Amino acid sequence: MKYVDEYRKKDLIISVSEKLKAVSKKEIVLMEVCGGHTMAIQRFGLHSLLPHTVRLISGPGCPVCVSSQHFIDMAMAYSKIPGVIIATYGDLIRVPGSTTSLEKERANGSDVRIVYSVLESLEIAKNNPEKKIVFLGIGFETTAPLTAAAILEAKKENLENFFVLSAHKVMPPVMKALVAEGVKIDGFIAPGHVTAITGTAIYNELAEVCGLGVVVSGFEPVDMMQAILMLTMQIEAGTPKVEIQYQRVVHNEGNKIAQQMLEDVFELRDDRWRGLGVIPKSGLGIRKELSSFDAEKKFNVEVPESTEPKGCICGQILRGLKTPVDCGLFGKKCTPTDPIGACMVSGEGTCATYYKYRV
Amino acid sequence: MCLAIPAKVISVNEYTALVTIEDVEYTASLLMLPDVVPGDYIMLHAGFAIEKVDPEFAAETLRLLQEEESARPNRIGQ
Ligand code: SF4
Repeated sequence: MKYVDEYRKKDLIISVSEKLKAVSKKEIVLMEVCGGHTMAIQRFGLHSLLPHTVRLISGPGCPVCVSSQHFIDMAMAYSKIPGVIIATYGDLIRVPGSTTSLEKERANGSDVRIVYSVLESLEIAKNNPEKKIVFLGIGFETTAPLTAAAILEAKKENLENFFVLSAHKVMPPVMKALVAEGVKIDGFIAPGHVTAITGTAIYNELAEVCGLGVVVSGFEPVDMMQAILMLTMQIEAGTPKVEIQYQRVVHNEGNKIAQQMLEDVFELRDDRWRGLGVIPKSGLGIRKELSSFDAEKKFNVEVPESTEPKGCICGQILRGLKTPVDCGLFGKKCTPTDPIGACMVSGEGTCATYYKYRV
Repeated sequence: MCLAIPAKVISVNEYTALVTIEDVEYTASLLMLPDVVPGDYIMLHAGFAIEKVDPEFAAETLRLLQEEESARPNRIGQ
């Protein structure tokens, strides 16, 4: 496949690995923020190509994994409202809520539909005028503009039965929160597709104020090895800065149209992250002017205090403090077919990737 | 979730494009990337084109790495 195969060439990967081994002197910890990166690292066995001085830890960039238990329980409550169709991206339906999952509710008769694109949920709305469609909006800056575009389309077409339950989140506050909390990180492998939308300015504070390296990386093994090399060179030279490895897709200024859509539809609000608690101004709520598309405004739903699964250390894994093998349930009580925590549900969750490629 | 895959643009019809990934056809919304023409490669994410793939930067990244590789004295793996 063009733009994929070239970046999977073994001799190139090894060549970067050797250069990395030659330049790396200091012991450093790099966090890959994005779940897609975690998946690539495990899939291509990149850990084995790193010098012993460079350690990678996974961060909070898997949208399904960081969706709070409260959000999952809310989704469940909406699915029980008569006449409601839940439209959602695939993985979410398997996340265990406090008492049940969307998958189980669907077996009990709720109408829960998996969509590949938010645009399909607009179609469902048009084809089912007597029903109310609630789209579960999860994802970061890559995915949130799609939801924004759908809301703007729904407005243009005067659709009155399309609603969004937004758990969309933005990346910079959580990255800063981890640093402030004292998680040892020397540099970030920054998410390529998030940055394709936002541009690179969102990381300036991390580099300039916190003194951390930030390299925006693509998702193929050559990309990732090169990003790790760039970060290592920055840190060795004592010149942390924001750089783009993934230049074929990411530009400094990002995608202005997508940014405008985000601006038009959403506003920042405090948001709850699984295992990380509430992080100020880290979530995207729907603007007042568009509240007729906001599921939270349309339906009055209350859920009891949510409980996280007992023994699950997903929260510490999302903060880079622990790895799945530290969890007593990993691979025993908790497996991808029978997940206990959200990190085992999503294909890009750290527990699921460990299970798939290491066990 | 933030997964996006390079897809080739075959034809453009106002706000949507027909694209292919390994000969399989998909529709890509161009709502956030209106400026594409047949032959371009775009990154497809959940039904939307989110950004173009720049062929020059793509070649440049590889060229630099390959040059470095062939400049190494003890090449392995070939
Ligand atoms: S293995 Fe399962 S229970 Fe343990 S942290 Fe991961 S998701 Fe939670």
